[in-house]
Amino acid sequence: MSAAGNPAVTTAARPDSGGRQRSLSWLGAMPFFVYVGIFLLLPTAIVAIGSFTASGGGVTLSNFAGIDKPFMVKAFTNSLVVSSISAAAGAILGAVLAYAVVTGNPNGLLRRIIMSASGVLAQFGGVALAFAFIATIGSVGFVYVFLKDHGLDIYANSVWFYEPPGITLIYLYFQIPLMVLVFLPALDGIRPQWREATESLGGSTWHYWRYVAGPLLAPAFLGCTLLLFANAFSAYATLSALLTNGGSYVPLQIQALLTGETEQSQPGLAQALALAMVFIVVVVMSLYALLQRRTSRWLH
Amino acid sequence: MSRSRRFKLRIFRVVVLLLMGAFFLMPVGAMLEFSTRGNEVTSPRTLDAWLRIAQTPGLVKGIVTSLQLAVITSLGMLALLLPTMVWVRLRLPRISRIVEFICLLPLTVPAIALVVGLKPLYVWVNINVTPSVLALAFAYLILVLPYSYRSLDAGLAAIDLKTLSEAARSLGAGWGTVMLRIVIPNMPSAILNASLLSVALVLGEYTVANLLNFQNLQVEVAYVGLTDANTSTAVAVGALLLAFILLMVLTLVGGRLQQQHYIPGQRA
Repeated sequence: MSAAGNPAVTTAARPDSGGRQRSLSWLGAMPFFVYVGIFLLLPTAIVAIGSFTASGGGVTLSNFAGIDKPFMVKAFTNSLVVSSISAAAGAILGAVLAYAVVTGNPNGLLRRIIMSASGVLAQFGGVALAFAFIATIGSVGFVYVFLKDHGLDIYANSVWFYEPPGITLIYLYFQIPLMVLVFLPALDGIRPQWREATESLGGSTWHYWRYVAGPLLAPAFLGCTLLLFANAFSAYATLSALLTNGGSYVPLQIQALLTGETEQSQPGLAQALALAMVFIVVVVMSLYALLQRRTSRWLH
Repeated sequence: MSRSRRFKLRIFRVVVLLLMGAFFLMPVGAMLEFSTRGNEVTSPRTLDAWLRIAQTPGLVKGIVTSLQLAVITSLGMLALLLPTMVWVRLRLPRISRIVEFICLLPLTVPAIALVVGLKPLYVWVNINVTPSVLALAFAYLILVLPYSYRSLDAGLAAIDLKTLSEAARSLGAGWGTVMLRIVIPNMPSAILNASLLSVALVLGEYTVANLLNFQNLQVEVAYVGLTDANTSTAVAVGALLLAFILLMVLTLVGGRLQQQHYIPGQRA
C-alpha cells in the first residue's frame, strides 16, 4: 500500500505542470483511502449488500423477515428500552453532576479529578464493568450481602440483576461520566452576566432557568442524550461477559448467529441485524450532529 | 449572588458530589474486597487471587498480546493518519471534509456491526496474510480512527503548518524530514494523546477479538472469570486503577508540554 504512495512523494517535488501536480497530490492520500476502503468501507458494504442477498444469491428482503420473530422483537425491545432509559437517566444525573462541577473553582483540583475520572469511566464499558457489578450487587456481592445482613433484600421479589433494570443500572456507570464529558462545555458557555441580566430585569431563579438557561441548554442536552443512547445501543462487551448463556439483546443475537456452531448459522440474518443497528445509530447520530450545530450558535 | 442562594448551591454541590462519589467508588471498593476474599466466608483477607494472575498462563499471554497490539496499533495509526492529515491540509484542503467524515464513521458503525462484515474479510486475511492474533491490529486501527483524528486535528490546528513546512521545504528538506523533524516535534502532546487513547482502547477491546475467535486480554479475562471470578476481578480493578494513574500523569505532563510549546511565557 505504501508502495503506491512513494512515487508520488518523490515526483511531486519536481516542477511540473499544474494538472499533473494535482493528480499526483491525490496519490499522497492514497494509502489512507486504500486502507479505510479495505477495513472500513468494504466490511460495511459486505453488511449492507449481504443483508439484501439470499443464501443462494439474488436480491431478497427475506433476511429482514427473520427480525419479525418474537425473540428478535424482544431483543430489539430490550435493547431499545435499556438504551433509552440509561440515556435519559444518565443525561439527567450527568447534567446535575456537571452543574455541580461547573459551579466550583474552574481551575480547582476537584474539577480536574472529576474530569480525569470521567474520561476513564466513560470508556469503562467492557468486560471489567460486568465483574465490577458482580462484585458489588451480584449474589455474593459486597453491597448486596451487606444490605441483606441489615434486613434489606434487594432481590426479595426477583433477581433483577441480569434483567433490563440491572443492565440499565450497570450502564449508568459509563453513561453518567460520558454525559459530564460532553455536556460540560455547553454549561461552561453559560455566562454569569445572563443571570445578572435576568435579575436586573426582575426575574427569579425559575424565570432564569425557564426562559434563559433552559432554552439555551436544551439542544445541547437533547443532543448529548442521543449520543448516550447510541453509546448504550452499540455496547456489547458488558452484556456478553454478564450473560454468558446468551440473552435477549440485539448484540447477543448477532453473537449467537456469528458463533453458532450448528450448521444452521445464518450470515444473512446477522448482516440484516447489523444493518438495522447501523441504521438506528446513523439516524440518532445525525440528529445529534444537527443539535450540536444549533447549540454552537449561542454556546461554546 | 445572595447569601442564601450561595448557601443552597453549596448544599446542592456537597449532596450531589457525595452521592455520585458513593455510586462510582462503591464498585471499585467492592472489586478490591472481592479480589482479596479467601475461600471460606470466615477466612482472612488474602492476596492469592492477585498472585494467581501471574500463574495463569492465559492471562499472561493475553496481557502480552494486548500490549503488542496496543503498540502496533498506535504506531500504525500515526504512520497512516499523520502524513495523510498533513498532506491533506497542505495539498488537498478540498477533501479535508471527506477525510474527517471517514475518520468519524466508526462512531456510527458499532463494533458489533462492523465485525459482521469483518468476519469474511478475516477468513481471507488469516489464510493469505497471517493467522496471528496480531492481525487484529488491522481492525483496531479503524476503531481508533475517530479519537486519534480529533486529537491530531487539534494538534495540527494549533501550529502554523503551512509556514513551517514551506520554510523547511525552501531550505531543501524532503517530506520525510518535514514529518519527522518539523511536524512531530511541534505537536508532542497531541501525538501522546492520540497514542494513549489508542492504547487504552486496544487494551479494553473485547468485541472484535471475541467474535473473530482471537484471544486478547479481555477475552482471557472473561474466560478466566467463568472459573475464577476473583482473579478476573483482580485484573479488572488493577487495569482500572492503572488507567487512572496513567490519565493523571497524562493530564499533568500533557499540560506541561502544551505550555512549553504553544504558549511560552504565559505564566510569567
